[in-house]
Amino acid sequence: MTRLRIEQPGALALVQDLGRPGLAHLGVAASGALDRAALTLANRLVGNPDGEAALELLVGGFRARFEGEAWFAVTGAWGSIRLGGRTIAPYTAAPARDGAVLDIGPAERGIRYLLAVRGGLDVPAVLGSRSRDTLAGLGPDPVVPGQVIDIGPEPAASLPIVDQDAAFPPPKDAVTLELHAGPRADWFTEDAHTALFETVWRFSEQADRIGARLVGPVLDRQRAGELESEGTVAGSIQVTSGGQPTILLADRPVTGGYPVIAIVARSSLDAVAQLRPGQGVRFRHA
Amino acid sequence: MSRRLLPSGEAALLVECDSLEEVLALHDALEAEPPRGVVELVPAARSILVAIDPAVIPLESVATWVRRIPAEPRSRAVGARSEPVTIPVAYDGDDLAATAALLAISPEALVARHTEAEWRVAFVGFAPGFGYLVSDDWPFEVPRLDSPRTRVPAGAVALAGVFGGVYPRQSPGGWRLIGRTDVSLWDPESEQPVLLAPGRRIRFEAIGSP
Repeated sequence: MTRLRIEQPGALALVQDLGRPGLAHLGVAASGALDRAALTLANRLVGNPDGEAALELLVGGFRARFEGEAWFAVTGAWGSIRLGGRTIAPYTAAPARDGAVLDIGPAERGIRYLLAVRGGLDVPAVLGSRSRDTLAGLGPDPVVPGQVIDIGPEPAASLPIVDQDAAFPPPKDAVTLELHAGPRADWFTEDAHTALFETVWRFSEQADRIGARLVGPVLDRQRAGELESEGTVAGSIQVTSGGQPTILLADRPVTGGYPVIAIVARSSLDAVAQLRPGQGVRFRHA
Repeated sequence: MSRRLLPSGEAALLVECDSLEEVLALHDALEAEPPRGVVELVPAARSILVAIDPAVIPLESVATWVRRIPAEPRSRAVGARSEPVTIPVAYDGDDLAATAALLAISPEALVARHTEAEWRVAFVGFAPGFGYLVSDDWPFEVPRLDSPRTRVPAGAVALAGVFGGVYPRQSPGGWRLIGRTDVSLWDPESEQPVLLAPGRRIRFEAIGSP
């Protein structure tokens, strides 16, 4: 059996798949890879089913040794990828020999790599998913140095032939995200709505898989009072009483008591997963 | 009965109701026969989030379904499904005497009211598997602790506001503790990971020690 021996997990290495949707009524968020397109792409590149478990590597600084032969692919963030000292192109499938060491350097673009191995990571599923939910503490524990991860059996599909030129790194400059109206849009002043769309927000350091704060002008309410907690979705932009917006993400609390002014379109959510602290964020209507 | 349909992105609607009773009645009605493509109903104190798969059903069709479905508020305890689950409780919680004093009844009377009531899980909040229980037979409103405990053990039976609850896992918490149970409320390895799921009916039974 092929295995992956982790020598250095880097800032944070988590097992993720497409999550466990449909359990929010029990208080369990869907979780799953934050950059879902990167996960499915990495899996497709090595011939895995889309939802196979892979590693989500925050920032990089990751090193692992293959025990046995395996194909792998790295997508999402863009940075130095080396196998046995040899540079590997991002967003392509590459074969690793028994004993080969994979080094993934600090991300230069984006912030979350997805590392898929042909056969998938064979770790136990919890509530139908191998995803780590960082808020609920569900699923596989964060990867630690010395950990050995089993790789599953070869999938039926062969390795696809792909056009390498189709790969784009995550953008370096300000990104534009599409927004839908939120359930509590009417709690906010007209000025707040104008500011939401006209500001270049700064993606803050307070960003993780639960939510990401944006730094910018205060979004004022035109309505005082408390809101009873209500169901949220991935992409809900809740605004604290101080007027600061937070984009709720995959590991969010499934209900929240701050009013949601707008909701990031599903097509823009993967881009949020790759934002780096300090990067600019603009919004436009979906 | 009024329902306000609020936007919540491409794949969900937030339905706002005037009262918890309306939420419970609407939740029962929606849950009875959801159309294909409705992936989730998330009840809360004044609302239900209806999450869908837009590839299977358009949001407009779901909006029409939610707007038109009949639902009359009834007794809080009438659950849409299942026989009541009985939870054995040792009523020896650290806050039992103080809570009874706050309500101007004896601890024995508090235990009697708690065990005589038929409860229903209205919604889950705060943590995975933490059901908020309501009952028509429970007239009390219990203030939260001024400063929450940093550690409440799993199985602690507690009260806060108009709600009853049982801590599914060890966690911090500001509810007043009146007892404890050995029943497993949260088991992610199980087919039914959460005992106190929305809609379920609950009874508490006093025992000497769990």
